[in-house]
Amino acid sequence: MVVLSTPLREDKLRALRIGDMVLINGIILTARDKVLRYLFEERPEMEFLENSIIYHCGPIVKDNKVLSAGPTTSIRLDRYTPELIAHYHIKAIIGKGGMGEETLSAMKNYGCVYLQATGGAGVYLAKRIKRIVDVKFLEEFGMPEAMWILEVEDFPAVVTMDSTGESLHKKIEEMSRRWRSNS
Amino acid sequence: MLKLRDGIVELYRKVATSLPKDVEDALKRAFEKERDSVAKENLRILLENVRLARIEEIPICQDTGIPVFYVKVPKCLGQERIKETILEATRIATERIPLRPNSVDVITEKNSGDNTGIDFPLIHMEETEEENLIIDLMLKGGGSENIGCMYKLPNTEIKAERGLEGVRAVILDAVLNAQGRGCPPYIIGVAIGGSRDHVAYQSKRQLLRRLQDFHRELALASFEEMLTQDINRLGIGVMGIGGDTTCLGIKIEVSNRHPATYFVDVSFSCWAMRRGRLIW
Repeated sequence: MVVLSTPLREDKLRALRIGDMVLINGIILTARDKVLRYLFEERPEMEFLENSIIYHCGPIVKDNKVLSAGPTTSIRLDRYTPELIAHYHIKAIIGKGGMGEETLSAMKNYGCVYLQATGGAGVYLAKRIKRIVDVKFLEEFGMPEAMWILEVEDFPAVVTMDSTGESLHKKIEEMSRRWRSNS
Repeated sequence: MLKLRDGIVELYRKVATSLPKDVEDALKRAFEKERDSVAKENLRILLENVRLARIEEIPICQDTGIPVFYVKVPKCLGQERIKETILEATRIATERIPLRPNSVDVITEKNSGDNTGIDFPLIHMEETEEENLIIDLMLKGGGSENIGCMYKLPNTEIKAERGLEGVRAVILDAVLNAQGRGCPPYIIGVAIGGSRDHVAYQSKRQLLRRLQDFHRELALASFEEMLTQDINRLGIGVMGIGGDTTCLGIKIEVSNRHPATYFVDVSFSCWAMRRGRLIW
């Protein structure tokens, strides 16, 4: 188990390989469909986005407490991601299901990793969130699609795309298709 | 209708915060026999999550989905009043449990904030001769909804002719395309028939069936069983990053078709198959 703390150090990220299990500590930002499209189209200056960890998640929040917060499917957000990694120097993306070739190559070029969290484990993962630091775009995009800035402790995930260009999602897909065509 | 309204709010609570026993038992069996260490850790987290959600009455998954109702209404009750009561209960449940507000207006892009809106929640009603009102509720997450798909047979691309062998080919194709994007291990509903709208309705409706509920036709029951085993040989696994269990069960229904048409619709549920029934 590798412990990652923010701000993430590039040498530590570069050493991660697919299949490694990690625990994340520090600040992460939720961003999904609406926020990522906005960032992609407008490129606002937001200092906290620099070298950040993005979490593809639309949580349930009540009375300033995150109750349930598992990952959402990342592939929908693929088209925005390579340019956002380049523009904001995003260091890690937490999500589920993996992302495509261009994102994989941006991760290699800029030193970024994809971390798969356990889909559907909303309550378990919310318990690793210590507090809500801030929230942006709540009024415009609503609770699930706002950008929640969260402090996490020992948030578990698996490295499934690393900065050497390896993707566990790709490997499993190739293996499963091979099995199918041989059967 | 106050009592009914409160009953529906409690149905929402039960469905959002506790997994049906048959599904939890299937996950436990998958955990026991899993050989891949990462998959086993993910299954451990899922089961622990289910336990925490039930004890603390917090939604298992933050995506509390599109609520889909299947209602059987006795003749003496008005369907409009039932519908109004469901909407009222939805608003209360969203606030009280809470559910995540998921209803987004397609034109204005605004989230209504209370899980109501045009055709939201989705309510299917039918009249019944029976005395009781029967309400089945499914909370259908967006991730698994996105990987659902429909095929027209014959399909030359995946070499699927009409007949069960062709149906097998398209179901395997659907799972291969889905990979881990809809939170496997999946529960899969399939419908075969001649009308597009009807197979889409029926395939999702199959997700209400318990995992032990095999088809009344022996041929289809063994087909369901065989397909589950086929899918589990693909190695996609929990969360799609490898493992022994990709599918907990598959449920199939058929309707007669037109000579020219042969549709197969595939609906996926994530492992967190949230369904429940209220009899009133």
